[in-house]
Amino acid sequence: MGTQTITKQGYLSELVQQVQQVPMIKPWLKEARDRASIILEELALPTKRDEGWQFTDLANLYATNFVAATNKIVTNHDIAHLILPEAQDSHLVFINGFYSPGLSSSQALPEGIFIGNLSQLPESYLIESYLGHQQGSTGIFPALNTLGISDAAIVWVNKNVQIETPVHLLFITIPEETPTISQSRILVVLEPGAKLNLVEQYVATGEGCPDAPASHPYFTNGVVEIFVQENAVLNHSRIQRETSAAFHISRSAVSQGAHSKYHCHTISLGAKISRHNLDIFQTGESTETTLNGLTMISGEQLADKHSNICLNHPYGTLQQVHKTIVDDQASVVFNGRIFVGKKAQQTNAGQLSRNLLLSAKARVNTKPQLEIIADDVKCAHGATVSQLDGDEIFYLQSRGLDQAAATSLLVEAFALDIVNKLPVPSLRHMLSRCMACKTMVI
Amino acid sequence: MIIENSDVILSVQDLTASVEGTPILKGLNLEMKAGEIHAIMGPNGSGKSTFSKILAGHPDYEITGGEILFYGKSILEMEPEQRARSGIFLAFQYPLEIPGVSNLDFLRVAYNSKRKHAGLPELDNFDFEDLVHEKLDIVKMDAAFLDRSVNEGFSGGEKKRNEILQMALLEPKLSILDETDSGLDIDALKIVANGVNQLANKDNTMLVITHYQRLLDYIIPDFVHVMEAGRIITSGGKELALELEARGYEWVREEEALEVAR
Repeated sequence: MGTQTITKQGYLSELVQQVQQVPMIKPWLKEARDRASIILEELALPTKRDEGWQFTDLANLYATNFVAATNKIVTNHDIAHLILPEAQDSHLVFINGFYSPGLSSSQALPEGIFIGNLSQLPESYLIESYLGHQQGSTGIFPALNTLGISDAAIVWVNKNVQIETPVHLLFITIPEETPTISQSRILVVLEPGAKLNLVEQYVATGEGCPDAPASHPYFTNGVVEIFVQENAVLNHSRIQRETSAAFHISRSAVSQGAHSKYHCHTISLGAKISRHNLDIFQTGESTETTLNGLTMISGEQLADKHSNICLNHPYGTLQQVHKTIVDDQASVVFNGRIFVGKKAQQTNAGQLSRNLLLSAKARVNTKPQLEIIADDVKCAHGATVSQLDGDEIFYLQSRGLDQAAATSLLVEAFALDIVNKLPVPSLRHMLSRCMACKTMVI
Repeated sequence: MIIENSDVILSVQDLTASVEGTPILKGLNLEMKAGEIHAIMGPNGSGKSTFSKILAGHPDYEITGGEILFYGKSILEMEPEQRARSGIFLAFQYPLEIPGVSNLDFLRVAYNSKRKHAGLPELDNFDFEDLVHEKLDIVKMDAAFLDRSVNEGFSGGEKKRNEILQMALLEPKLSILDETDSGLDIDALKIVANGVNQLANKDNTMLVITHYQRLLDYIIPDFVHVMEAGRIITSGGKELALELEARGYEWVREEEALEVAR
């Protein structure tokens, strides 16, 4: 066991060395890097023996050596199909973790919102007190991200500014022969009374449809920090569609001020192994939180979602639905923690985990985890794991659909229930088409 | 309507069937000709609903003997969707809810699968929508129901109307209405029955399965069959239903016992 630890620590120091190769574009980032370095010294890479990782074996990740990804030249033509029509002039593109000003555009946005990278951000913004300071944005992988922090995607909406045009953040990896690691970093600040519709998306190019077998592993390690201040409203859609050879580990940490609304839609469609931690902290009363999640995987994929919502103020509402569709030998993990502290009286929270298994070898590990200390609250939770209903299939067959078409329709419907809630029409359309294609092969 | 020398659409001969090894149908015979409306009545557990599902091809039932001929050809080896496409329609007692699938899409897919089978080009969204709107009136259904998920949150009456709407679109040759009256108030019952009456014609046949006589006040059958323990034990005209209502199923059983004794 001693040797294994050394090997693993050796693996970690190699990663540390790689991520630090990316040059900082602002000198003050060094302070954040130094803080992360201290955290990293205290932590070890997780194994199945660690709390929160029992069902997510990272052995395959540890068996792959990654080098720091480098910036690549990509043309507008190459990525045109990836930009949402609604965000033609309100998007940021990062290639292998590097900001690409030529591929980005903010022309459609009015006064009162900034989108861009660190070097574009005007001095007047007090970024140093936000970046790297969101609670919950810790742990070994976020620390690794911060240790190598070189730049960030910044979205900042000023007080009482309400932006109707969606903002699209697109993180593209170009897989290479040699496995690469790239780190994405996002900071979103909605000042009091601000409103925004944000799309965060992870994709890869070069290997065709992400569902096609892919051969080049890469590792995306992301951190997202979001501040939704008093009375602000954030609609956030997160689409993760890496290749079947990719590793994706990401943490989103969100704080919600009094009377703020945070509506989050997370769609996870791919990666060999993906892990997303979503931490939400309430910093004031009467917050409204909606979380809609969909994970759809097949083959030998593993997708792990850990959400952790901490309510410490009264009158908060939370509605969470997490759906998964698992085929072949794939396995999903869902751990939904809701903490209702002593002061969070009159909280109204509901959580539902619904899982659809399409094969005998598919696996689901779902765990609702409610910790309630306040005594005057309403908290409901439920979890279902099921297969397709034979009577539903028969009903469709009796109307002329063959068994395959009936099955697709039902699986699609299960997924579309979440997809249809996305607040961006083209995203709904794109994902519906993707669902139709995915369900066709089942 | 009874028509001299009309085509035999359905012919069921000595049908026996079981579910998980338990015999449910024990030698059922039935012949239905074009233009006719037949009713099957019988107490709970007599096998009425099982029979309707077997006609539609439900996979849970095993045919252990006998034959089902549709226009003279055996359908025993046909999948449910093949039966549907060739003109057999089952209106469900409990239509299923399918959240996430719009009713309009569902109707279009069903309709086009039948067109495709008949070698006709599929209708596009616009043409199909026009067609559906024409049919809505048959069951007095609001167009708003087309945009909702299939049967999701529909009342009992709305679900049954939706079944008849599907029937109107698919124009089956054999329609089986499985306890269509269950859970309907009198107004909904009238609307549903009126829809069925509009769809009955000289080229098709309908099998109305019901527990009570009430539905048969509105859908007037040409023949009434009484089912008991997996067989049809007596058949007659529409007056048989009234007699049953007045005297109960026990009366038929006694009659049959007498018959056997003779």
